[in-house]
Amino acid sequence: MSGVINALTACRDWIDTRFPLTKQWNEHVAEYYAPKNFNFWYFFGSLALLVLIIQLVTGIWLTMNYKPAADLAFASVEYIMRDVEWGWWIRYLHSTGASAFFVVVYLHMYRALLYGSYKRPRELLWIFGMLIYFTLMAEAFFGYLLPWGQMSFWGAQVIISLFGAIPFIGDDLALLIRGDFVVSDVTLNRFFSLHVIALPLILCALVGAHILALHEVGSNNPDGVEIKQNKNAAGVPVDGIAFHPYYTVKDIVGAVVFLIIFCSVVFFAPEMGGYFLEHANFVPADPLKTPEHIAPVWYFTPFYAILRAVPDKLGGIIAMGAATMAFMALPWIDRSSVKSIRYRGWKHKTALAGFTVSFLILGYLGIQVATPTYTWAARFLSIIYFAFFLLLPCYSTRGAGPVITVYRWLVRGLFWFIAVLAVAMAASDGDVVSNYFAAAILLLVVGMEYSKFYLTDRDKPVPARVR
Amino acid sequence: MSDETIDKDRRLLLTAAATVVGGAGAVATAVPFVKTFIPSAKARAVGAPVEVDIGDMQPGDLKVELWQGKPVWILKRDKESLSHLSDLTDKVRDPASDDAQQPDYAKNEYRSVRPEFLIVIGLCTHLGCSPSYVRSGDVEYDLGDGWPGGFFCPCHGSRFDLAGRVYKGVPAPINLMVPPYQFLSDTRVLIGDDSGVAS
Repeated sequence: MSGVINALTACRDWIDTRFPLTKQWNEHVAEYYAPKNFNFWYFFGSLALLVLIIQLVTGIWLTMNYKPAADLAFASVEYIMRDVEWGWWIRYLHSTGASAFFVVVYLHMYRALLYGSYKRPRELLWIFGMLIYFTLMAEAFFGYLLPWGQMSFWGAQVIISLFGAIPFIGDDLALLIRGDFVVSDVTLNRFFSLHVIALPLILCALVGAHILALHEVGSNNPDGVEIKQNKNAAGVPVDGIAFHPYYTVKDIVGAVVFLIIFCSVVFFAPEMGGYFLEHANFVPADPLKTPEHIAPVWYFTPFYAILRAVPDKLGGIIAMGAATMAFMALPWIDRSSVKSIRYRGWKHKTALAGFTVSFLILGYLGIQVATPTYTWAARFLSIIYFAFFLLLPCYSTRGAGPVITVYRWLVRGLFWFIAVLAVAMAASDGDVVSNYFAAAILLLVVGMEYSKFYLTDRDKPVPARVR
Repeated sequence: MSDETIDKDRRLLLTAAATVVGGAGAVATAVPFVKTFIPSAKARAVGAPVEVDIGDMQPGDLKVELWQGKPVWILKRDKESLSHLSDLTDKVRDPASDDAQQPDYAKNEYRSVRPEFLIVIGLCTHLGCSPSYVRSGDVEYDLGDGWPGGFFCPCHGSRFDLAGRVYKGVPAPINLMVPPYQFLSDTRVLIGDDSGVAS
């Protein structure tokens, strides 16, 4: 027995003199000290990594039987589903994995919103994370064309047309993306290339950068206290515990629970009632006929609802772009020194709650047909969505310099302008429902004035150590 | 190499020159990679004109043909619906077809060469969905009692009249596109080619 251990140790030493194996292991795993007070929300980072691996592996296997050509693609997917041994399982893992990826990433991002993990010194960590999110969106969009069903085709047609609406360069840009005058075999072929090679490579590189940045600055925690400010004589944070074995074991528990839920979906509800795999996509792409109702897959719907809420083609696209990009600005527009929601004042809690509710309901509205009522609801919720970002500097800034004073006036003016615009629109369209929503918008703006929402929020004292 | 001092000016010049030349090379190398993205010669060549038999069409019939990968609608309109087009002048965005969405020979009240035949590309000018043909009185879509017939885009609710003109207050900004076409005889039309037609 000791002979085997000696041999293994010798082997490790042989490697260590040629490659920093033990050094890296200690730096990133065994001696990476994470705060001891992680809670439920801290499962989703490692789960995202797990889903990434599931997607990479199942993707490689799917590529072995999939044919990226317009006249073969749909049939090759059916071939995978029916004729390839266990092909259905591989494909359902991949299609469910796509939705699971977004579930996990949204929860992971929301954790950062709750505990202020985007704040100094984690700005770059947050930016890398956002780039991962954008890459993931592109990856999902390219992948959705591959089955070459009706939703694949018309979804791509609509999304590429969005780029076509950009002034001056739009038409050429759309042509460059499609590689043809319509969505065609050429488009499918290049989307396949981007989906299986380019974006996975970028994704893996960004994940690497994300983890490196995390291990440089250290993890945040539910109290938002920097554990590195309390170190013992050995230089180890007093409130930190080694990632391995403590959090590797904890994360395995999370992975097991996640896989139970994930496999339940894969085996019992892989289409998830049309939300994970849309019904119209079981019909081959037909360039002559658009499906009756087009909706993106659920993870894009909040932004899609914002797009439709704006009664102008270019304006809608700008609003949708702003809704996704706004997260990038968070580290700089949140001026409060307090990280965690636990010690933030009521204004931030209210704004974040409003943002949460608006994001969820917008997600629902984006799946539905845009009736006048739903469109007005989406307008009301879009205002709350953007209010979160616009108000954040107003109430999180201490003191009263000239910049913040001017900014506060600008934001107040903007909200009053929107309220007046909504009332004018509602009055002219002759629809009863629109009046209620316009009144709600007006009430919201009046409420913000009445509650002095634009002025500095009162945060609570943050403890010196984690609880 | 006897002189141990570093000539910083020379180093700067060399660094700058290498950066500029190398950068120019990198940009030049990027050109072919970007150029492969634009439509290939084959994709540009496709788009041969399509000849369609319209002899069997009754008033109110809609034919859908594929040209350049896009749906092209051929709609035979009756006298009554043609007479209603002028009622819509106030309700459509571009009643006189001022936007260049048609060849000159189709820039008229009916947006067509022969009034009874409307020929347009069946893609919504909003985000490219293919709208549905909804006749007056169709109950499939609830477009109101006064709907005089036309096209309705299910994706985002844009509406077009029987001349492919876009209604006001919908997301689509401009009228449906009229492709180049010419009538070869009373029963045959050639879509995608108008050579020989005074334009």
